[in-house]
Amino acid sequence: MLSRTASELYWMSRHLERAENIARMLDVAWNLSLIPFSETVNEEVAAPLKITGSLERYIEKYDTVQVNNVLHFFALDEDNPGSIYCCIRQARENAHAVRGKITSEIWESINTTWIELQNIRRYGLIAMGASAFLDWVKERSHLFRGATYGTIIRNDAFRFIRIGTFIERADNTARILDVKHQIQGPKGNSAVDYYRWNALLRSVGAFEAYRELYSDRITHEHVAEMLILRAEVPRSLRSCMEMLCELLPAVEGDSGLDAKRLAAVLYARLQYGDIDHVFAIGLHEYLTDFLRRVNELADTIQSAYLEVI
Amino acid sequence: MIKVTTPPAGGFDEMFGAPGRVREQYAAYWRWLEGVSMDTIERKRKEADLLFHRVGITFNVYGAEEGTERLIPFDSLPRIIPAAEWQALEQGILQRVEALNLFLHDIYHDQAILKSGRIPADQVFANAQYQPCMQGLDLPNDIYAHIAGVDLIRNNDGDYYVLEDNLRTPSGVSYMIENRRMLMRLYPELFAKHRVAPVDHYPALLHEMLAQSCHVANPCVVVLTPGRYNSAYFEHAFLARQMGVELVEGADLFTKGGFVYMRTTAGPQRVDVIYRRIDDAYLDPLAFEPDSMLGVPGLMSAYREGNVVLANAVGTGVADDKSIYPYVPDMIRFYLGQEPVLKNVPTWQCRKSDDLGHVLDRLHELVVKEVHGAGGYGMLIGPASTREQIEQFRKQLVAHPENYIAQPTLSLSSCPVFVEEGIAPRHIDLRPFVLSGREVRLVPGGLTRVAMKEGSLVVNSSQGGGTKDTWVLEAPSC
Repeated sequence: MLSRTASELYWMSRHLERAENIARMLDVAWNLSLIPFSETVNEEVAAPLKITGSLERYIEKYDTVQVNNVLHFFALDEDNPGSIYCCIRQARENAHAVRGKITSEIWESINTTWIELQNIRRYGLIAMGASAFLDWVKERSHLFRGATYGTIIRNDAFRFIRIGTFIERADNTARILDVKHQIQGPKGNSAVDYYRWNALLRSVGAFEAYRELYSDRITHEHVAEMLILRAEVPRSLRSCMEMLCELLPAVEGDSGLDAKRLAAVLYARLQYGDIDHVFAIGLHEYLTDFLRRVNELADTIQSAYLEVI
Repeated sequence: MIKVTTPPAGGFDEMFGAPGRVREQYAAYWRWLEGVSMDTIERKRKEADLLFHRVGITFNVYGAEEGTERLIPFDSLPRIIPAAEWQALEQGILQRVEALNLFLHDIYHDQAILKSGRIPADQVFANAQYQPCMQGLDLPNDIYAHIAGVDLIRNNDGDYYVLEDNLRTPSGVSYMIENRRMLMRLYPELFAKHRVAPVDHYPALLHEMLAQSCHVANPCVVVLTPGRYNSAYFEHAFLARQMGVELVEGADLFTKGGFVYMRTTAGPQRVDVIYRRIDDAYLDPLAFEPDSMLGVPGLMSAYREGNVVLANAVGTGVADDKSIYPYVPDMIRFYLGQEPVLKNVPTWQCRKSDDLGHVLDRLHELVVKEVHGAGGYGMLIGPASTREQIEQFRKQLVAHPENYIAQPTLSLSSCPVFVEEGIAPRHIDLRPFVLSGREVRLVPGGLTRVAMKEGSLVVNSSQGGGTKDTWVLEAPSC
């Protein structure tokens, strides 16, 4: 496969995965902002800014952290390269560049998303409603995934699409967990905390999974264990790395030894990891280290397969 | 009942032989049309718009700020060509393209036609499209124009005339295929009532021709595009996908040791045949435009060593130039010893002083074209121009007569299109696509372009033209 093609496919799926994760984050912020008794509501609303490291950019434009502004900033703001709008536009550009390599159903799902998004932007978020918009983003992401799984042949195009998805997802899950953990603090069992963990789990689509796996009160140890170490949870760090370890060696040719090794090491750490050990190091420290390693892996993938030199 | 705007008297209409009299090839279509309502047509038109947008069959317009991607208007009333008419047309097109390929081989080798005095040598050698680097180079199967698009119009007399030969990187074939798919999707019942010759196999024929154009077994074929901002990018991607080959940009290719490779995730891979949709001047910054970012350094050197095939060959533009056009009938006689089947439009060459005088006297009734222009730009349509425009043009013409040719204002035939209240005639042309490999082939039909504005003769998509599906009816089997 052409390096440039692989690169466009990889970034196409990274941008779409990012858009979905932003929608999930905003969903939490939005829902928590509706709870009147939350004393830390501002922190919740600011969380997406911290997670994505875009607080400074936001303050430049909007001054105060306020839920409607944060929503707009992440949903439809053209000046924010990390907005859903910009991610989808970029994904559509990537797809356009390689439309000969994706099936028409994948292309149409992305192109239609882009066309509809422009209409939504014309009328504004208020007209559609924040929840409806965020649900729509998730649905479009599901549709893209469905079209991909259902139509594309299992070749390197498919693999690079998925590699992009799991690199992005691993990064995003780690960031969400890290920031939420910092806001939350380790202890606390009030009703507010219940809503917070509840919202976090829902944001990663894992509320039902938690009930299935733990069937007791929601604790931060269990949430962390689930999102870091559990193989059954599709957005956990372990699941992401497991997929990457399967995908990278399957790419045709002998390139990318470094990438394969980094992925394997990272996966082994999660596969044989232990949550007590994670908390002994400190969750924040553990996740910071993980993020550094995932980014190193992404850089290595970039230089081994994707860069046109 | 659909309101019919009758075509103006004196013109040739594809559907109506005389007011109210439908031509035979449209008889079944007409019966169908009498039974549908405009609401249905309107609903289907909206459906087509939506589908074209979703599939992203768009066209990038240079210079247009808002929404650089635009749909080419599609009209769902087919242009129908009866079997016998197509047979004659096909014969004429094949003959013409064969002669043009022989001409290209000749001028880059022995130049017999120049020596015979049939074409003045300076018309070839002083032509900017003539590429000295092609002199003496032998190409596989002696083919230069692997893919040709021949633009035909039909005058008031009902005869077909060749308006232009396109031997560089003719585009539009993807619309021919997509228009057919769209019409089959919108009105499947019409295809049950007509035996329409298929065009869907064009990409397969193209791939077969490209693969046979080099001497390597199982060659690696690629489509080379200037990139996604090119006006025909959709078509480049479409053809690459339909043929199952890589769509590459210049930066994806490199040369080493006289061979061409592409950069892949598994390392360099040899490339044998390049269907290039980049102009000669941008192919190789070492050989042509040094600033070109689109090309591949060293490509021409690999090409001259015979290690890669370019389709079309370098330097084909000299044969489709408007200054060479008047000589094509002579080429056919010279190389094939046959009389041309298709007519040329009578052409005055302003470089000849007799012709120039004649043209200057009749500017208000002629079409004057720049010799090297394309896409409907830089031309004067006398009858449709104001006195000032004509005088303006006269100055340019007198200053550089060698840059211009002039032709009578031929009317284009008309074919009805759907308009809000019913159907109304609009002018059309036809571009069939010809593939030259070990044999010369074409799929039945081509791209019919429509001037969507009432009375307009400009069909170019860059200037608001639309397209139609083109049906060649198969002869009833005996």
